[in-house]
Formats: sequence, C-alpha cells, structure tokens
Amino acid sequence: MEEKKLYTISVYSENNLGLLNRISTIFVKRHINIESLTVSASEIKDVSRFIVVVKMTETAVKKIIGQLEKQVEVIKAYYHTDDEVIFTENAMFKFKSDLLFENPQIQNIIKEHSMNIITVNRTFFVVEKTARRPEIEAIYKAFEPFGIAQFVRSGRIAISKEAMNIRKILGEIVQ
Amino acid sequence: MSTKTERIIGAEAVVRSLLAEGVEIAYGYPGGAIMPIYDELYKYQDKLHHVLTRHEQGATHAAQGFARTSGKVGVALATSGPGATNLITGIADAQIDSTPMVCITGQVASHLLGTDAFQETDVISISSPITKWNVQVTKAEDIPGAIAKAFYIAKSGRPGPVLIDITKDAQLSELDYSYEKCTNVRSYQPVPTTDIEKVKEAATLINAAKKPMIVFGQGVILGGAEQEFKAFIEKSGIPSAWTVLGLSALATNHPLNVGMVGMHGHYGPNKLTNECDVLIAVGMRFDDRVTGDLSKYAKQAKVVHFDIDPAEIDKNVKTDVAVLGDSKDTLGKILEFIEEKDHSAWLQQFRDFDKIEFEKVINGQLNPTKEGLTMGEVLQGINKATNDDAVIVSDVGQHQMMAVRYANFTHTRSNVTSGGLGTMGFALPASIGAKMGAPDRHVVAIIGDGGYQMTCQELGTILQTGTAVKIVVLNNEFLGMVRQWQQLFFDRRYASTEMTNPDFVKLAEAYSIPAKKVSARGDLQGAIDEMIACKTSYFLEVMVEKEDNVFPMVPTGASVSDVRLE
Ligand SMILES: Cc1ncc(C[n+]2csc(CCOP(=O)(O)OP(=O)(O)O)c2C)c(N)n1
Repeated sequence: MEEKKLYTISVYSENNLGLLNRISTIFVKRHINIESLTVSASEIKDVSRFIVVVKMTETAVKKIIGQLEKQVEVIKAYYHTDDEVIFTENAMFKFKSDLLFENPQIQNIIKEHSMNIITVNRTFFVVEKTARRPEIEAIYKAFEPFGIAQFVRSGRIAISKEAMNIRKILGEIVQ
Repeated sequence: MSTKTERIIGAEAVVRSLLAEGVEIAYGYPGGAIMPIYDELYKYQDKLHHVLTRHEQGATHAAQGFARTSGKVGVALATSGPGATNLITGIADAQIDSTPMVCITGQVASHLLGTDAFQETDVISISSPITKWNVQVTKAEDIPGAIAKAFYIAKSGRPGPVLIDITKDAQLSELDYSYEKCTNVRSYQPVPTTDIEKVKEAATLINAAKKPMIVFGQGVILGGAEQEFKAFIEKSGIPSAWTVLGLSALATNHPLNVGMVGMHGHYGPNKLTNECDVLIAVGMRFDDRVTGDLSKYAKQAKVVHFDIDPAEIDKNVKTDVAVLGDSKDTLGKILEFIEEKDHSAWLQQFRDFDKIEFEKVINGQLNPTKEGLTMGEVLQGINKATNDDAVIVSDVGQHQMMAVRYANFTHTRSNVTSGGLGTMGFALPASIGAKMGAPDRHVVAIIGDGGYQMTCQELGTILQTGTAVKIVVLNNEFLGMVRQWQQLFFDRRYASTEMTNPDFVKLAEAYSIPAKKVSARGDLQGAIDEMIACKTSYFLEVMVEKEDNVFPMVPTGASVSDVRLE
C-alpha cells in the first residue's frame, strides 16, 4: 500500500464567485477530507490562491491536481510535501483576566512560546501565536488545565521553496 | 474589431449574441424569469428557430442530439426554478459524454437573489459539479461577454456543457451592445501542447509491438480525426476496437474493425485485451464499463494513451506513454513515424473469437429459430433498409446494447446514445435534435418500452415541428436490462421490472404519427421498409422476446477476459 502523506496543494485561480464551490466539490466527491483550506489574494492582481492541506497518497494527489487544473478558471495547481514549503498557522486563545493573576504559569507559557498579547482588559485577554501545528498543540495542552475561554486556529498558509511562475503561465496562455 | 455599439436590452443581446455565434436552432421552454428573452425570440423567429419541447429535460437531450450529429454547439433555454432543475439530467449527461452545449436559464431579479423568491433556485451551485463552466449574469452589459465565453468554452478542447444564469433585471435593462467572439480565456488551456518526443516514443512502442490493439473512443469524433485515425490504423495494421461512444468513427465493416470492448462488447476484443502486448487508447477514458476489474485489465500490456484531457492520463489505467493533444493533430503527426505492418496472424485471433461468438450468440439473434422476435433481427432489418447508413439514436437498456452491437455504420457521427450517464428517456428527444442536426439522413430512434415512457411527451414536439424521426420501440414488457440482472444475479426475483403498457400505436396516432405494431417475423422487414420509406415521422412497435438477454457479458467486478457468452 502506498503511504498517505500530508500534502499542501496550492491552487492559483481567477477570482471567481463560484470557484470555491467547484474546488471543494472535487474533494468531497472523492471522500477526501480537507485538513485545512485557506483562500486569499496572491502576488498577482485578481488572482486568488487556495491552500488546501490533505492527507493522501501521491498517486491520488496527482489525480486531484489533474481535476483541479481541469477547471476553466484554475490557472495552475501544485502539490508539495512539508519539506518543499515554508508554512505556518495562526492560533488565538482567550482567557478570563482573573486567571492571569491567579496562575503565574500562564505568563510563563506566554513567554516561553514568545506569544503576542493582542488585547488585555478587565474581563478577558487574548494571546496569539503564529507557528506550526505541533507547537500550537503543545501550547494548547499547556493552557488547557487553566480553562481556555475560546480557541481558534487558522488553516495552513504556505509558500513554496520552488518558483511558481504563474505570471509566465498566464502570459503563455494569452498569446 | 468594430467598436460600434447599439443601445438594446439584455434580452435582445442574448438573442443577438446567439445569432452572432451562428446559432440557428435552440430548444427550450418558457416561463416567468425568461420571458423577456422569449419576447425577443418572437421578434427574431425568422433567424433563430426555437423548438418548444414538452419538458426541459427534452430540450437538453434535443440539444445534445443536435450537437452529436452536427458537431455544433447545442443550445437549451429554460426558466428559473423548476425549469432550471429540469435541465440537470441533460447537463450531467452532456458533461460525462463531452457534448458541447450552452444552457441559458432565467433567474429572479438580482435584488431578490437569496430571498427564496418565487421560482428562485441556486442553479449555479446545483450545476457546478456537472458543467464545464457556469456563470450568473446580473448586469445587462455582461451578457455578450458571458455568451461569447460560454460558446468558446463549450466547444474548445474537450467539449462540455456550460450554463449561463441571467437575472430578469439584467434581461430587461439596457446596454451598449457589441459582440466580440471569445478566442481565449487566460486561465484555460483547451488543448495541451503536443510533445513530439512523446509521439516518437509512442511510435517506437507501436512499431515494436507484436500484438498491438487499439481501443478508440469519442475523442476521434470530437477531434474530427476520422481520416487521420483510419490512415494510422491502415498503415500500422492494428486491430481496432471501439467503446460505445467511439462507434461510427470507423466504418463497422472496415477490415481492421474488431468490434466493441466492455461489458457487452465483443468476445475477441475483450479476451485479447488481456493478451495484447501494446494497448493503444485513443480518445477514451477507461470507464469501468470498458475495463471491468482494473487490477486484471491489460496488465501484460504497455499502454499508450492519446487524449486531449491531461486529467484522463493515469486516472484509471497507468500509461507508459501519454500523447497529449488534439486527436486530429496527434494522429496526423504520428503517421510519419509509424512503420507499415501487417498483423494478419494476430488479427486472425480476433476473427477466431468472432466465430465462437457468432455461433454462441450472434446467430441466435440474427437467424433465430425460436418464435419470439429478437432485437438483433430488428437492427439487422434497419441496416438493410438504410444501407448501413442511418443515424441510430438509442436509449438505455438491453435495446441500447443490441443497437450498438448490431447496427452497422458507414458514416461518422451516426451513433447517438447516452453512454456515460446511461439516461433512460434520452433517445426520443435526442432523435429530434439529431434529425435537425442531420436533416438529410435517416434518423432512427431505438427505445425500450420503459425508457420511451420517460420522455414520450416529446411526441408533441415531433407533431408540432414535423420532424421526420423514425421511432422504434422494442417492447419486451420489461425493464429488460434490470430484469436480466435480476435473472442472473438476484435469482430471478423480478422486483418491479414487469411493465403493463398502454397501446403505443394509439398513443402515436394521437399525435398524428403513422404507427404500426409488429409481432410476427414475417411482417418485420416490410414494416421497417415502410417506416424508412415514409417521408414523415413514423412509429414502429416491435414485440420482442420477453426474457431475452444481452450477451456477451462481463459481469460487474470480473475481468474483461472472463467475458461470458451465456
Ligand atoms: C433515468 C434512469 N432510471 C433508471 C435507470 C436504470 N435502468 C437501466 S436499464 C433499465 C431498463 C430499461 O428498460 P427498457 O427501457 O424497457 O429497455 P430494455 O432494457 O427492456 O431494452 C433501467 C431501469 C436508468 N438507466 N436511467
């Protein structure tokens, strides 16, 4: 059996209303669980970038790339292993302010992980960390005993080590 | 490009844009949200013939039939809500069978979108997975551009259906109209660049092969590559088998035509798929009905795959050499690298299997000794009456498999059937479009008594348009194909497959269509000849053996070489 791995799929596309639906359908139809999905602007005006993280075999991910690129409004799709991308996630934690004074360990955790304090007021405070999943999970574990009021983590964002050449591709199709 | 514009409303821009794309026939059904467009169709009726079908599904299948025989883009129109949802089956059918079609739906006014307004349906989301592209237009000025893009996408590269949903306010407001055809979409490369090295690699494999076999699909027809394909097989001498949709790309009596692959394909090509040393797939997609169990499919062979769609390469069958590009171009290019070969000993192996199949299966169909009529003999009669040169439009079921197995073809674009989706109810409306797309040809619809009743309201369309289609219902008083499976795999438990049918002749006559019913062999050829000679539409019901089965058969999950003859 071919091994399943985590792949980061990057999709460059036209900035089109219905495309998110088309792209997610490609995964849903094949029962592929999306670990995370982020849509944002890219380095090119009017071109969107989807970052989809999936766990699957390389054979299967290649087929998915084919299906993605088949969409009229997809310019190019790539897949990368974790070694081939620079990636990160963003997490936010909210606590009751009292905790900060009652539990000095909380402050230690914040320092230890060089977390940013986004806001502190009389009732609550929010800290943030941009890191990879294992560190965020470690922070979560460390905070857990004190009672996390709210937690949220973004999907992965990633930049490839190799060049993407989207401008060149766009130029080629036009001529 | 001229920059001259005219001030017109969006609805008129729709019709003018269709005319600018060369559309002469559109199929559809009106309703509230598309009335402004119908009002313009009224004004332009001498330039654009709108065919009122009796159901929106019929409009899509008619548009498909038109596209399949004419090679042009089929056009279907419908109103919002139920009109739009009634298009869905036909769109899905066109998507899986790569048929170029543009569907235009009316939509509620843009300020009502998302309010659950009367007849509001999110047809964009519903149709996304089954369209090549779709778009909602909410501003009149976006109409010409959307239609231009729609036609370009529908017909370029691997063709497919597109849908444009136009809000009522966009139809009614004014724009400065001018039309410019679309020639590129920056994110879309319809035809991948052909790598000449791959062409040479493919040629090397093919030249070295001792037992090569070709399986060709609709890609040959869609690329208009019939001549190039014929030249390629004749020079290389390679036995060539077809998929259901590839049928008619090569004349059925061509010496290198060895029949159909797949579930109800011929014995030889199914058996020898697992003996050939090089399997050359041309414009086909290794559908599961073609391959049977993939883990036992052509494992001994090197695989060469010609296709326009990169996503098809390695999708189901691992390829050794993939030649990407338009079939006309790639087959044209490979010819010079192909060595002239004679594979007659290998070809003879196919013919030897043919003999076995003839004795065990075909003879009983064509020269029956039992009293009941067979579907095969009806097809043989049609071959005879039309000199092997009719357009055969088949529905879905046993009669479909019999039609593709026993109909003979001399011209391309003559086999119209719902291959990938297997849509019962396809044939009657598709035959109307097929006849309009090929008005000088005999168009014969072959339909089961089940599928006929799914869309027989389209007899009204035949009546109103006077389209001279020949309708043959092969009546076994069963949902035959399902009954066959019940017999073979469910111990003859015939759950809900027996049909009590109406008087089909009376039904046809109610629509003023000349009609006849045949139950005896002696009357068959005469009735077929009369039908073909008839200048108008004609309905022929043939009572066939009730519990006949289609063989050969590759049972689901079996290997193609385990094809059964009984
Ligand atoms: C819309 C639709 N519903 C159900 C099926 C499943 N199905 C496939 S073949 C078949 C029987 C067709 O019966 P009939 O039209 O009488 O043709 P026959 O097989 O008897 O020739 C059925 C129900 C289908 N293909 N399409």
